[in-house]
Amino acid sequence: MYKYDEYDHAMVAARVAEFSDQVKRRLAGEITEDQFKPLRLMNGLYLQLHAYMLRVAVPYGTLDSRQMRMLAHIARKYDRDYGHFTTRQNIQYNWIKLEDAPAILADLASVEMHAIQTSGNCIRNISSDQWAGAAADEITDPRPWAELLRQWSSFHPEFSYLPRKFKIAVIAAEEDRAAMRLHDIGIQIVEKDGAHGAAFYVGGGMGRTPMIAPLIKDFVPLDDLLSYTEACLRVYNRYGRRDNIYKARIKILIHELGADEYRRQVEEEFSHVKSLGIDPPKAEFDRIAAQFAMPPLDASAPDAIDRSDPDFAVWVDQNVAAHKVPGHAIVNISLKPVGGIPGDASSAQIDVMADLAERYSHDELRVTHAQNIVLPHVRKADLYAIWQALDAAGLATPNLDLISDIIACPGLDYCSLANARSIPVAQKIATRFSDLGRQKELGELKLKISGCINACGHHHAGHIGILGVDRKGTENYQLLLGGSGAEDVSLGTITGPGFDEDGIVDAIERVTDKYLAERSEGERFVDTFRRVGMAPFKEAIYG
Amino acid sequence: MKLLTGNDLKTGFVTWWTGADWSLHIEDAADVGEQGEAILAVEEAARRVNAPYIIAGEQTADGPRPAHIKDRIRALGPTVRPDLTLKPADPAAGDWVI
Repeated sequence: MYKYDEYDHAMVAARVAEFSDQVKRRLAGEITEDQFKPLRLMNGLYLQLHAYMLRVAVPYGTLDSRQMRMLAHIARKYDRDYGHFTTRQNIQYNWIKLEDAPAILADLASVEMHAIQTSGNCIRNISSDQWAGAAADEITDPRPWAELLRQWSSFHPEFSYLPRKFKIAVIAAEEDRAAMRLHDIGIQIVEKDGAHGAAFYVGGGMGRTPMIAPLIKDFVPLDDLLSYTEACLRVYNRYGRRDNIYKARIKILIHELGADEYRRQVEEEFSHVKSLGIDPPKAEFDRIAAQFAMPPLDASAPDAIDRSDPDFAVWVDQNVAAHKVPGHAIVNISLKPVGGIPGDASSAQIDVMADLAERYSHDELRVTHAQNIVLPHVRKADLYAIWQALDAAGLATPNLDLISDIIACPGLDYCSLANARSIPVAQKIATRFSDLGRQKELGELKLKISGCINACGHHHAGHIGILGVDRKGTENYQLLLGGSGAEDVSLGTITGPGFDEDGIVDAIERVTDKYLAERSEGERFVDTFRRVGMAPFKEAIYG
Repeated sequence: MKLLTGNDLKTGFVTWWTGADWSLHIEDAADVGEQGEAILAVEEAARRVNAPYIIAGEQTADGPRPAHIKDRIRALGPTVRPDLTLKPADPAAGDWVI
């Protein structure tokens, strides 16, 4: 894992001191809210429905146990004993007091964490594959490149006031576990003629105008990665619209220019940027990459798993994934208990996961964009002990990628932008489909719920998506089918008129029943939908 | 009726204008009538409450009730965590919101 150097420490410490002073001035009434708001947002501090909300960055979703324990400590000491893991691989606290914010940021800094650039029109937290460094199908660990981009983008003077926020994802496997093509820039490390390079997909995003990022360049030599990224940003920063917030994202610029013209401008800019020498010397990249070296895993560790406990076997089948080193596995911890709040974890649960990481996973954890937690480097021989500890903590729900593994934004229960509640809908759906046999019969089914058009719950990318809207002061839910955030990326299509809270749950049951009636051998829900189209589902829903 | 609400500067907690001061409890909220804008201007200048704004509400037997669900959730707390609302012991409190 990356460890801060003296520059990182100095930058974060300086920001804590600066923000502490700004908070002091605000509390003393020396500055107005209009003056203070952009300053607090630069430090991840929002004002939501019930209190201040602090969004803490978890770079590319990677944490060690010390950092995870600090997240639990903050939940316990400054919040209401829980945190909410987000679709940006971050964590949010919902009940922060302004007067506590400087102390929280100081606590975070003590474990090499911060909340910088988790808001505002800047380059946000770089996201990545939650299985990076462990996945059997990756060609390399993408995180050194994500870390390089983190360092480059932190306090980047040219990109601190972009037309709009900017999100970058980096992956290095064919299977896309990071919704890469739904980012402003999606980078996939690829192999060509024995060399690694980066495929650049630019102009994706969800929100009000969802778009899948087109391929702008299929192979950028990794020595040019920063320069090419900078060129992509420069063209956007120069021509992205600042007159209309709804048209300010890069996806709109590329849509209006056309991918070919955008590519031409980027290439032109790149030829200039490359002469500036911003790409790091190989020794500097090697220094970063060395910190992501695979931990010393014993490849001769036993591969067999004792499956004599049936509940354990069910969990292994659903929540444990292949690791690149024999005798090892990737553990996916679901934060989606039936009837629970997707992505929420109590301080005690966060501590349990930290303890398990320290004891069994070479001190590493990951946050996933699906609002779950991963222990990336686990010996198969330790799986049973891990499962027992998770089960005791209410963290052993065996539902990864099943219909109850729902992504849901905080919605109107917490968020000042939301139009409708997301969490109660997620709870009702998970409860309706609580029978695990029924869930497994349905197979992989990614259900995603957003409480407003901003799409923090990724509803456009759900096999089944739900969008909460405000219809004359009451909550109403639109249903979308056929989306995907994975390598088979697609955007969902609205089925028709919306539903109330109970009606949307019934509608989903009609959709899944129709799927079971229509599916061919081996088809997932989304495969069947793509084959038969919307009509039979619409008929099932509306009659 | 019209109610004046905002978030307390220090805590961020939802707060309601009582006619003389601010309260965390919607039951204490006063009808600001046509005086809302004037009170709002004075209170914004005092810088104790963030982003105060005027909402529509109705007087009920249980006290003032905001017209919009968003403000009712603000008044009570998250519907999915009754234990964190202002009325954790009242199992029917959520009905007031919906």
